[in-house]
Amino acid sequence: MPDVAKGTWVQIHRVVLGPEERSPHLPDDTKKVPLELRLKGFLTHDACIGDEVEIETLIGRRVKGRLVKVNPEYDHGFGRPVPELLTIGMELRKILGGDGR
Amino acid sequence: MTRDISYEAVMARKNEIMKKAVGIDYQVFESGGIAFDYERMMREVGYTIDEIRKIQAETGVGNTPLIELKNLTKLARKLAPPGKGARIFIKDEACNPSGSFKDRRASVSVYRAQKLGFKGVIAATSGNYGAAVASQAAMRSLNCIVVQEVFDSEGRGQPEILEKGRKCEAFGAEVIQLSVGPELFYTFLCLLEETGYFNASLYTPFGIAGIETLGYEVAEQVRAATGRDPDAVVITHAGGGNVTGTARGLLKAGCRNTKIIGASVDLTGLHMASDRDFNRKSFTTGHTGFGVPFATWPDRADVPRNAARSLRYLDRYVTVSQGEVFYMTEALAQLEGMERGPAGNTSLAAAFAIAREMDEDQVIVVQETEYTGAGKLPSAQLTFATEMGVEVRRGDPAGDKPGERIVIPEHPAQIRVKEVNLDALRKSYISNCIKHYKVQKLTGEDIRFLAEDTKTIEDYVRMVAEELGISI
Repeated sequence: MPDVAKGTWVQIHRVVLGPEERSPHLPDDTKKVPLELRLKGFLTHDACIGDEVEIETLIGRRVKGRLVKVNPEYDHGFGRPVPELLTIGMELRKILGGDGR
Repeated sequence: MTRDISYEAVMARKNEIMKKAVGIDYQVFESGGIAFDYERMMREVGYTIDEIRKIQAETGVGNTPLIELKNLTKLARKLAPPGKGARIFIKDEACNPSGSFKDRRASVSVYRAQKLGFKGVIAATSGNYGAAVASQAAMRSLNCIVVQEVFDSEGRGQPEILEKGRKCEAFGAEVIQLSVGPELFYTFLCLLEETGYFNASLYTPFGIAGIETLGYEVAEQVRAATGRDPDAVVITHAGGGNVTGTARGLLKAGCRNTKIIGASVDLTGLHMASDRDFNRKSFTTGHTGFGVPFATWPDRADVPRNAARSLRYLDRYVTVSQGEVFYMTEALAQLEGMERGPAGNTSLAAAFAIAREMDEDQVIVVQETEYTGAGKLPSAQLTFATEMGVEVRRGDPAGDKPGERIVIPEHPAQIRVKEVNLDALRKSYISNCIKHYKVQKLTGEDIRFLAEDTKTIEDYVRMVAEELGISI
């Protein structure tokens, strides 16, 4: 039973170039790994995670790849408070002759 | 017949693909040797300032405010010898529709694509330029694809680039997210062939012409605010477009004596194509990993002749450390009430140091800001850096070591610039030209061109050629 329905917003993954197909001018660490592609779009058919699927992108292009994420989240954030930065404002106001509030 | 899409086959079709995708025949400007007619190319393929202003007004680009940073100026004067400490102004380019000066560049490329009848545009960029192209394409009802280098081989995304990708999607663009490697260019070429879209390259004459309005506005606004020309304009330097376009705009406005200063974040020691190093840098642009190679070999770009030629305009080139830029980003927010950055604040950090060398009645301009937020803030970048094993601490920024240690200054007096030896870059550029074009001898035309392209004189080029064992 496919668990992801046609029309769902998903992310696919594809290897563009295997390590042996890559540019000859690469540092050693990059040479060892493939060039990978990730792309989001709407599933054009029902499928399961891990299946080879087709998606329609935001501009209507149809692209194939392995289904890796359903409704992929933006998970970058604001980060944690950084102690090394937190006091800079007060320090600067003191130098300017204020009380550092 | 199916096209051969192997890496070698596609790369071999590069020039043919590009000619179709930018609509420029670069051949007509070539001399057959090193020299090419740069100014003719800019004249014939670019647009005049008035034309660009009209194009940019159609999509709300440009005319951003110039703001005097009074508290940072006051701080610089506290740390400077008596009588020193120039007035610091900043051009708030974050006010452009997609949040950076890159809208100026994108506006003209997308206008051009629309005029030539292309259905869509593609840009290969991990920077703000992607969002700029996506935003302009949305306004002009064109499709847009942005190709980014985002992930390392563990699938970890650089937070700032993830944010830029999100923004592109917010404008309706398709975002192709790649892992580390220069073969991004290969993927880009495949897409151009497949879609027949316009290459919104960062390096075409019209892209660069789009930035000229920035320099022009700086001249007009500084004159209106202070009654004088800017004494120095500090420009964050990566691929060279920002320096080139701004300097050309200043010259077109008649600022003959304004010093053009490029500034990059020092990322010495990190390899730009390394899977490991990729996520150990906290700046994704405005750094030496682009600034130096693009200065010494501009024609490495995705077009045969790069319109962005920084050595043609630079009077001085300096670097600052990652920690210094984070410090100044914090200072800009805390003292001036402007949350911007991060890469755009590279020139702010440099300007804060350079202002202390200048007289009090002089004017120094930081010519850009960029939007900030999730992924881009110092807190986002430093949290990520710590997770990647990079040490973050307070101290003397001289101890900063890209990829290992980010040192946040303990005191603003520790913000300094390091000089990049422009002479060495000029020599390296001339040497690269000779190697690339495989010439045994420099013609009179080559010498004239190289003198102009390095902002030197013909005797200088002859001297360098002699050092390199090339006959003239």
